[in-house]
Amino acid sequence: MSAEATLDQPKRHPLSAWFLRWVCSTNHKDIGTLYLFFSLAMFLTGGVMALLIRTELFQPGMQIMQPNTYNNMITMHGLIMVFGAVMPAFVGLANWMIPIMVGAPDMAFPRLNNWSFWLLPFAFSIMLSTLFMQGGAPNFGWTFYAPLSTTYGPPSTDFFIIAVHMMGVSSIMGAVNVVATVLNMRAPGMTMMKLPIFCWAMLITAFLLIAVMPVLAGAVTMMLTDRHFGTSFFNAAGGGDPILFQHIFWFFGHPEVYIMILPAFGVISEIIPTFSRKKLFGYSCMVGATASIAILSFIVWAHHMFVSGIPLGAEIFFMYATLLIAVPTGVKVFNWITTMFRGSLSFETPMLFAIAFVILFTIGGLSGLMLAMSPVDYQYHDTYFVVGHFHYVLVPGAIFSILAGVYYWLPKWTGHMYSETLGKWHFWLSTIFINVTFFPMHFLGLAGMPRRIPDYALQFTDFNMVATVGAFGFGLSQLLFLAVIYKTIRGGVPATAQVWEGAQGLEWTLPSPTPHHTFDTPPLITD
Amino acid sequence: MSGSSSYYYVPEHSHWPIVTSVGLFLTLVGAINILHHNSQVGMVVFLLGALTMAFILFGWFGSVVKESRGGLYGSMMDRSFRWGMFWFIFSEVMFFCAFFGALFYARIYSVPWLGGEGHGFMTNQILWPDFQAAWPLFKNPDNALFHGPKHVIGAWGIPAINTLLLLTSACTLTWAHWALLRSKRTQVIFGLLLTVTLGVIFLGCQGYEYVLAHHHDGLTLGSGIYGSTFFMLTGFHGAHVTVGTIMLTTMLVRVLKGHFNESDHFGFEACAWYWHFVDVVWLFLFIFVYCI
Repeated sequence: MSAEATLDQPKRHPLSAWFLRWVCSTNHKDIGTLYLFFSLAMFLTGGVMALLIRTELFQPGMQIMQPNTYNNMITMHGLIMVFGAVMPAFVGLANWMIPIMVGAPDMAFPRLNNWSFWLLPFAFSIMLSTLFMQGGAPNFGWTFYAPLSTTYGPPSTDFFIIAVHMMGVSSIMGAVNVVATVLNMRAPGMTMMKLPIFCWAMLITAFLLIAVMPVLAGAVTMMLTDRHFGTSFFNAAGGGDPILFQHIFWFFGHPEVYIMILPAFGVISEIIPTFSRKKLFGYSCMVGATASIAILSFIVWAHHMFVSGIPLGAEIFFMYATLLIAVPTGVKVFNWITTMFRGSLSFETPMLFAIAFVILFTIGGLSGLMLAMSPVDYQYHDTYFVVGHFHYVLVPGAIFSILAGVYYWLPKWTGHMYSETLGKWHFWLSTIFINVTFFPMHFLGLAGMPRRIPDYALQFTDFNMVATVGAFGFGLSQLLFLAVIYKTIRGGVPATAQVWEGAQGLEWTLPSPTPHHTFDTPPLITD
Repeated sequence: MSGSSSYYYVPEHSHWPIVTSVGLFLTLVGAINILHHNSQVGMVVFLLGALTMAFILFGWFGSVVKESRGGLYGSMMDRSFRWGMFWFIFSEVMFFCAFFGALFYARIYSVPWLGGEGHGFMTNQILWPDFQAAWPLFKNPDNALFHGPKHVIGAWGIPAINTLLLLTSACTLTWAHWALLRSKRTQVIFGLLLTVTLGVIFLGCQGYEYVLAHHHDGLTLGSGIYGSTFFMLTGFHGAHVTVGTIMLTTMLVRVLKGHFNESDHFGFEACAWYWHFVDVVWLFLFIFVYCI
């Protein structure tokens, strides 16, 4: 791969050429690749933590770790999966695909793009180093509620705070880049309503990121000053309120949930039409639905706080606002199914992941509606039902869409077809084991098992054992994914430019693998 | 290729991003080490990082200026910069929203609830029976832990002068912009010079106000939620004025070097946008922190 980079340059030492290409890169494809590999590394790191958690929960009683270590693990698992695995994966896909989908020579700000990526390894080095610090890693859950993170947080909390700041800068700069690219760099003739749906999804996601990452930065800044400079934002003794932290956190946190799922909707909306050999049903409705979900996401945050003692009127408002989100989401599910209706379907691996996404994400969405209802949430809150719910929207939701996208675009990136047999094995094992892992959690939660507890009552044992077996099955199946990626990069059946019979769009007019620089002069879009 | 309107400049390689990451990493890790009383190591690492960051301000922006002067940027690049700056400022607005949110929450909800209003009745009776809600909050629920301030800064002293200073600076900046559009170089220089001077005077007044608050009024970060919101909001605003002043000074230097003309001066406009944003934030501060 590095041969290409050295072609047009004087001969350089291989190490210096490697450094220039990957560390000093301004190429959106290379930076996209970096994002995707980084995300994969974080996915595996967070996954190992998940397996440690499941091992601890295999049986009641303390198994392999101290309660505080267990708290470290759930905190780190959440933070790494959200900020390290899912978000960078979508930014990676956006980096790779947006310029070649809209016919731009690169992202709008290539150097800024590089900085957005190269902040992440530093941020996560800080984050992971807290595991080895005196007093242990952060242990308050990924939501870092005050006063757990202020009065009672371990010293490493301050390092966690600066890591969050760095991730925030990375996300904001990355999002500014996406917005400028989509709004300004489209090829002549590509109007906004001809924009590929994935670009729309990323544009709206970028808007959400720019709006809420600064609020998260504000929250951790107040945490820092509460910890060290004597302020009392989250301390009632000085007139503040710990609940204020929850409001600020969830004002960030709920849009954050959509930051992780709107790009997934975009990927799925690209894949289903291709393998149905039909145009996406209701394109403009899809755009409108994505925008509506994004707007609604700003007025639903307190549904995470129904049991925190907020006023009744607020509970009712936030309950109805939340239930309203079911409407645009329902539009989306309806449109995906209608796209497939009477299509000429084929079931390659990306399509299998996409269909599983539609079904399993909908299950997660429906349990979300149950949680949205404030009277019943009093029972579900902080139980395993919640854990089951959000893992259904994040694993067979966000993660499946990333896997689907990687299988879909891998031939375009590498120029080789992946092994369909291995891909299908990966799909079926993942899908089966995901359900084995997360479905029992709903029953556990309804029966009253609390979340974030390393030990549990005897009657919960059977379902926990099942979930642990499923988790290991899912974890091990991902080794197949590694094998697929490795083999496809190394070789395989050459891919055509179009790759998939039903694929439409600018990116499929480029040869596979795509040249290092594409669309230096913009193509003209006519139809 | 260059010169055609469809050409978009993509720099080949750049070492600035990775240096910036290292710089930011060192700055932040150093700062936390200082906080953890690991001062010597912390200070060295922090200064190293801060110097790196300062070096980058010259290096990275310097190369952008050089590319712009070299005619590498077309109209499309200009629009990219406009979108980029606009959304960057929007992210800054949201950052201030977090602190304004904290202020409004404290005034509308948490302080009255602690004082026994609404569903805070039992909280008040059991936890803080002597506490009375008020704003400004001179006596905190636990006044031994968080000493309330003796006085707070009134709106019609220094803050009103500061408001005048910033509003005037917005006018002088616009005056400079008009001059730039009409290629009146002397007026641009004079207008920018006035704006920067007003910014510096503002910062001086703000510094003096802080000294008064600390030594005369007993108003500090630690004096409860009033002090917390007061200093965080005005402090972050002051930091932004400082950045804005540095930006405008840079523009002054660039004008003196003859960098801009009437059609090509987005660097100037970007700084002006930023300055107006800082101005608007101040108006909100003046109303909600000082006046009511």
